[in-house]
Amino acid sequence: MTRSAAAQFILVIPYFFWYCHDGATDMINEVLTVSALNSRIKDLLEASFELLWVEGEVSNLRRPASGHVYFTLKDDRSQIRSVVFRSPFASRAAFPNHRPVFDPEEGMQVICRARVGVYSPRGEYQLIVESMEPKGIGALQLAFEQLKNRLEKEGLFAAAGKKRIPFLPERIGIVTSSTGAVIQDILTITGRRFPSAHILVAAVRVQGGEAPAEIIQAIDRMNAVGDVDVMILARGGGSPEDLAPFNDEGVARAIYRSRVPVISAVGHETDFTIADFVADLRAPTPSAAAELAVPIRRELVANLEDLHHRMFHLYQRMTLRFRERLTAVCERLKDPKRRLTDLRLLADDRLERMHRALRRRIEERKQDRARLESRLGRVCPAVRIREQRSALDRTRATLIGRAGKALERGGERLNFLTAMLDSLSPLAVLSRGYSIARRRSDGRIIRRAGDVSAGADVHVRVAAGSFDTRVTRVCEE
Amino acid sequence: MAKENFEAALGKLEELVRRMEAGDLTLEESLKAFEEGTRLARFCSRKLDEAERRVEILLKQGEDLVVKPLAGEDREDG
Repeated sequence: MTRSAAAQFILVIPYFFWYCHDGATDMINEVLTVSALNSRIKDLLEASFELLWVEGEVSNLRRPASGHVYFTLKDDRSQIRSVVFRSPFASRAAFPNHRPVFDPEEGMQVICRARVGVYSPRGEYQLIVESMEPKGIGALQLAFEQLKNRLEKEGLFAAAGKKRIPFLPERIGIVTSSTGAVIQDILTITGRRFPSAHILVAAVRVQGGEAPAEIIQAIDRMNAVGDVDVMILARGGGSPEDLAPFNDEGVARAIYRSRVPVISAVGHETDFTIADFVADLRAPTPSAAAELAVPIRRELVANLEDLHHRMFHLYQRMTLRFRERLTAVCERLKDPKRRLTDLRLLADDRLERMHRALRRRIEERKQDRARLESRLGRVCPAVRIREQRSALDRTRATLIGRAGKALERGGERLNFLTAMLDSLSPLAVLSRGYSIARRRSDGRIIRRAGDVSAGADVHVRVAAGSFDTRVTRVCEE
Repeated sequence: MAKENFEAALGKLEELVRRMEAGDLTLEESLKAFEEGTRLARFCSRKLDEAERRVEILLKQGEDLVVKPLAGEDREDG
């Protein structure tokens, strides 16, 4: 506990006491021990402030292992140390009517029902708080929020933990009051929807101090011996205080541990209780819970009949289809003789087609031949020979013509050349009186006198004829 | 197998009809489906027809918990 925050007794020793020490001893009636003084203060204070209401702000909140809650209650000018003892006897005694105990939080404005207690060994006084309520927000509401947050954190509301509501429960457990409209509504509606549904009622008180324990017990018993498939936990509408048992932590935990799925239907549609959050399914009203718990038998019967009908027709259709297939297959399963006939016909057909094709080919070849023949005729060697021959004839005629002409021209030229030759011929020279003398011995033309010697035989050619002579004398120049 | 449950049986019947509707079953399969479907349909319809309405109350007698017919409950006719 912090010193600064603590309200303490301080022994104030009067100043004069020191000065009057000697002469005023008889002013003091008695001398007390510290213990005696604190004891008297304790008696005085605890008697004077037996039970009171104090309002203030919670600060320096501490929760030691002891489970007690220590805090300082303060306002803007002053403060007082306070404690809430978390003893089961203290709390039961302090809250006989099951007022919810909410947990104070730092900074919260509260109104405490408390008495003043003095702790003599330390000379300290403090408020022993027996109950407290948050200021402004109702205690019930706050307790509700706190429990809700706590259970939510713990996972009691988790969707994963929700059990499935069976589609067609054979036996339905109802935990509610045996009197009143709720049970009648549920019985009427389940009876109307599914006349043969079995119902097991666990009658409980649904409001007041005993209600939570009875509800918890009923849920547990339904699980233990009820043999039910689903359970409806229901209560009609009421004030928030009336619905309090359904905000009870024990009830919440009983719902959570129930193996049987629980449908909650507490109060009106707008009322949400802790039980609703924990339940596997929340119905807005008890009547709605009855509707959620059982299907309408008539619809089920109709659906079943429809399914059965469809199945029958499907089966018929299917067998018919298979029969048709069978017939089709059987038809295709033919006599081999027929197959032979078919093959024969096929062969005939093929043969016929082959003949036709052959004839067509022959015809085509014939045409090809004719075409080739005509082409060949055009390129026949006889024709070419004829052609070449006539060409040859023409060439020959030309040649002959040309040769004649050339001959003619040659004759003319010959004449000309003969004339020219004549003019140049030694014979012509001879005719002009010259002669050619040759040595008889060797036929050489004698150009110099020295070529011969006297007595040599010489052949002399003249223009007309020749004669032989003998040299008589040589006259060299 | 645990006691047969209406919903599971109805679900199976629906599945069988769906498969038959899909039309890809062999003749044996479809015959089997038909037989099983007929059985399921009979089971479901028996469940629906089963038993009279019974309303009971869970009571504690001494140390024992007992189930007794709820007094004053009128039989209702669907």
